[in-house]
Amino acid sequence: MKRTPLYEVHKALNAKFTQFGGWDMPLQYSSIVEEHLAVRTTAGLFDLSHMGEIEVCGHGANELVQKLSTNDVNRLTDGRVLYTLLCKETGGIVDDILIYRRADNYYMLVVNAANIEKDLAWVEAHNDEGAEVRDVSEDTTLIALQGPAAMDILRPLACYGTRSVPATFGFASGEVAGIPTVISRTGYTGEVGFELYVNARLNKWGAKRLWDTLYPIVTAAGGQPVGLGARDTLRLEAGLRLYGMDMDESTTPFEVGLGRFVKFKNRQFIGKAALLAQKRKGALARQMVGFQMLGRAVARAGHPVYQKGEHIGAVTSGAPSPSLKCNIGFASVESSRRAGTRHCPYNENIDVEIRGKMHPAKIVEIPFL
Amino acid sequence: MFPQNLKYMESHEWARQEGDIATIGISDYAQSEIQDIVYVELPEVGTEVVQQTEFGVIESVKAAFDLYAPVSGEVIAVNESLLDAPEQVNESPYDKGWLLKIKMVALDELDVLLDADSYRHSLRSNQNV
Repeated sequence: MKRTPLYEVHKALNAKFTQFGGWDMPLQYSSIVEEHLAVRTTAGLFDLSHMGEIEVCGHGANELVQKLSTNDVNRLTDGRVLYTLLCKETGGIVDDILIYRRADNYYMLVVNAANIEKDLAWVEAHNDEGAEVRDVSEDTTLIALQGPAAMDILRPLACYGTRSVPATFGFASGEVAGIPTVISRTGYTGEVGFELYVNARLNKWGAKRLWDTLYPIVTAAGGQPVGLGARDTLRLEAGLRLYGMDMDESTTPFEVGLGRFVKFKNRQFIGKAALLAQKRKGALARQMVGFQMLGRAVARAGHPVYQKGEHIGAVTSGAPSPSLKCNIGFASVESSRRAGTRHCPYNENIDVEIRGKMHPAKIVEIPFL
Repeated sequence: MFPQNLKYMESHEWARQEGDIATIGISDYAQSEIQDIVYVELPEVGTEVVQQTEFGVIESVKAAFDLYAPVSGEVIAVNESLLDAPEQVNESPYDKGWLLKIKMVALDELDVLLDADSYRHSLRSNQNV
């Protein structure tokens, strides 16, 4: 089991640990609900060093990342981040990732922890352009600061190297408390926030110094350290899909409601033909819907979903929503014949089968908040 | 933490005997490990439960946990207040957070349960405390 450079810090904070993507990660420090609400009301501090980082640079890098990405990488300017999907020729999703454009022909791909090796192999296998591809995951620690107080907490500590704080989905190579940091205005919580990348090879104690600097400020502001438990409920409320739960290689971006991250115009990419065919056909075999349970039973991933007694799909993510105080989730369901790709049957009733019993739910808009 | 007048299972349920009736619940250790209890699913009055077998589920934000019956018998009362206020199991695991009352079929089943000290010891030997 791999440990992040902050493992001892979490242990000293009495964190409960969980195994995730081959890593021993903090699940929670106080309680998932408290941590969740801290992020919604003030701020939360996360260790996300398990995430993978792959650098693609040198001659041919522009073409390589454009070819691998369903979203249009040409839209990126230096210092901007793009959410995108890597797809197979069939349109099945290899991973959902962030692409950072550091400069012309110089990108950082931030990938899911469980997919680092798969993604690296995928990028290398398609590297006909001869770009330089490096897995820098081991050298990169990642601390996220998320919540409405994040901006005020970071401002006095940060020096962005640009005129002002990066805009949403922007980043800057600067310093936080004197530590060289890539300051990225991104997150997985639905709140204002930052993801702070520190190079552990160049600065072995950088991440720990950064955490030790931020922790007292965050807690003094009423914030908390936050584990993967609350990270999951935060992303669910915000309507953000999780690879391996809500999508995998058997689903296409359209089938999981991520079609807006597929750009066809004036470009080629792996999976284009299959995805274009699916888009033109209009009707999808299945689609992702958000639902809210009407009772107190909690729908979890894998629970079967019915409508009017007919089996139509399954829950892919489900949990109590600490903010809404009801149980919510995503389900992958067969699209009804009249539905088409754009139709979202809000307020329609469904039933979720939990331990052999039917529990009513209704389809609601994503995001839930 | 672990009242002396209760009997415990290693799976963290407790039973309190009053004649041939046993009130059952989960231990303070269990509630603190589960945390943030959001849902309790219990059998209906009249259901027969069997010692060491599942009779219900407690759910936290993160996961569902099976409940095991410390004694066999008929369910004669269910703590209905947990439907609307499951957090009582966190706040008061031995009192307001009780789960079921069971009319026991075999009082000697209590003999195989752990007393408070043995239960505490079993937690320590599992390095959980």
